[in-house]
Amino acid sequence: MSNIIKLKTPFTNESIASLKAGDMVSISGEIYTARDAAHKRLVDLLDAGKELPFDIKGAVIYYVGPSPAKPGKVIGSAGPTTSYRMDAYAERLMEVGMKGMIGKGKRAKDVVDAMVKHKAVYFAAIGGAAALIARSIKSVELVAYEDLGPEAIRRMVVEDFQVMVINDLSGADLYEMGQAQYKVS
Amino acid sequence: MREIDAKDITEAVARLCVEANTDLSADVVGAFNSGLENEKSPVGRAVFKALLANAEIARSEKVPMCQDTGFAVIFAEIGQDLHIKGGSFTEAINSGVRKGYQDGFLRKSICDPFTRANTKDNTPAVIITDIVEGDKLTLTIAPKGGGSENMSRVMMLTPSGGKKAVMDYIVQRCQEAGSNPCPPVIVGACIGGTPEKAAILAKKALLRKIGTKNPDPDLAAMEDELLTRINNLGMGPQGLGGSVYAMAVHLEKHPCHIASLPLAVNICCHASRHKEVTL
Repeated sequence: MSNIIKLKTPFTNESIASLKAGDMVSISGEIYTARDAAHKRLVDLLDAGKELPFDIKGAVIYYVGPSPAKPGKVIGSAGPTTSYRMDAYAERLMEVGMKGMIGKGKRAKDVVDAMVKHKAVYFAAIGGAAALIARSIKSVELVAYEDLGPEAIRRMVVEDFQVMVINDLSGADLYEMGQAQYKVS
Repeated sequence: MREIDAKDITEAVARLCVEANTDLSADVVGAFNSGLENEKSPVGRAVFKALLANAEIARSEKVPMCQDTGFAVIFAEIGQDLHIKGGSFTEAINSGVRKGYQDGFLRKSICDPFTRANTKDNTPAVIITDIVEGDKLTLTIAPKGGGSENMSRVMMLTPSGGKKAVMDYIVQRCQEAGSNPCPPVIVGACIGGTPEKAAILAKKALLRKIGTKNPDPDLAAMEDELLTRINNLGMGPQGLGGSVYAMAVHLEKHPCHIASLPLAVNICCHASRHKEVTL
């Protein structure tokens, strides 16, 4: 395994330019949570020419719907949800400056192409390692859409959130590379 | 006739919802340890280590191992000589789900299919009942996450396709599912029955202890062959590349119509959660 690359949010074109599919990355700083229901509302706002409820420039969006926080904790368990459900909305957010997405599972080809075009990176966190991942989340604050419950948009401060680059700026895909390496014919 | 109180059912369901979501069974932890030994990819081994650490945090802190605490699927074997008093059986189960998901800080993930409005208490449960001999009630709580459930399929094959078509479809389903159902997975499948019967038995196959074989030697041989073929695809833990995509394949079969060859596939993520109680 390669060494862990440390990255701070928000991202810039320069800060993500050298990332390669397969790199282990430790993310620290503010990230935003959103799943499909919240994505739909964000895209509806853009379509209506309105402001988004947070600054999308350089932002990293984490596809997660956490479990409720126990008393004294900032959050419950918080692993990634499957990313393809956000494929229909991802390019619109890249167009206005989103630079990173964290989820799990393969993205559609048009989303990977959009990442190359708009310079954005897709990372996977370990699906189902939700109690472990919660330890890297230091604070959580509601940003919008409280009515969506676990699907509301929240701002999280994370420290050393370990993820892996799936799609880099060249359009490489770690899922395809990994399978090709270990396939037994 | 033996009697049990509906509120005892509620209490048991509430407790088991929390236990299933926080305390990963020993057979699954054992399969993680075997996976760690057998996995060829360093990244894949790191995934197994993370999953072992995650299970330990969940157990010791009594927090859910996965934020998706699932649809509450409940299998109930009801003895025909048992009488349930003091309320409705269905409501007793749903009350237990409501209480367990609320008190246990579990995520409420059930919504209207069109408005997507959340029911806010994770009900209704899916309750699958069997009437059996005796005067006992056995409840198995099997919360199932959406990511792996979305990879499930029911396929009506043509009888001429036979075993080959069945096996090819199961392997193809895993290839298409890829990283989505949170591998390392357990693959449950039922061949035969009707579409709805096959779907239920495919899910029930996931309740078997990991790696226990179907007692039918033909099915057991198919399980072994499928496990090899699926893992030879090279997708590995989390689909990141490696040698252990599936930890087990569990097959069931049921007689079917002369015109049909139904096949249901139900893939379970590594958080294979199920707890049982007999009342």
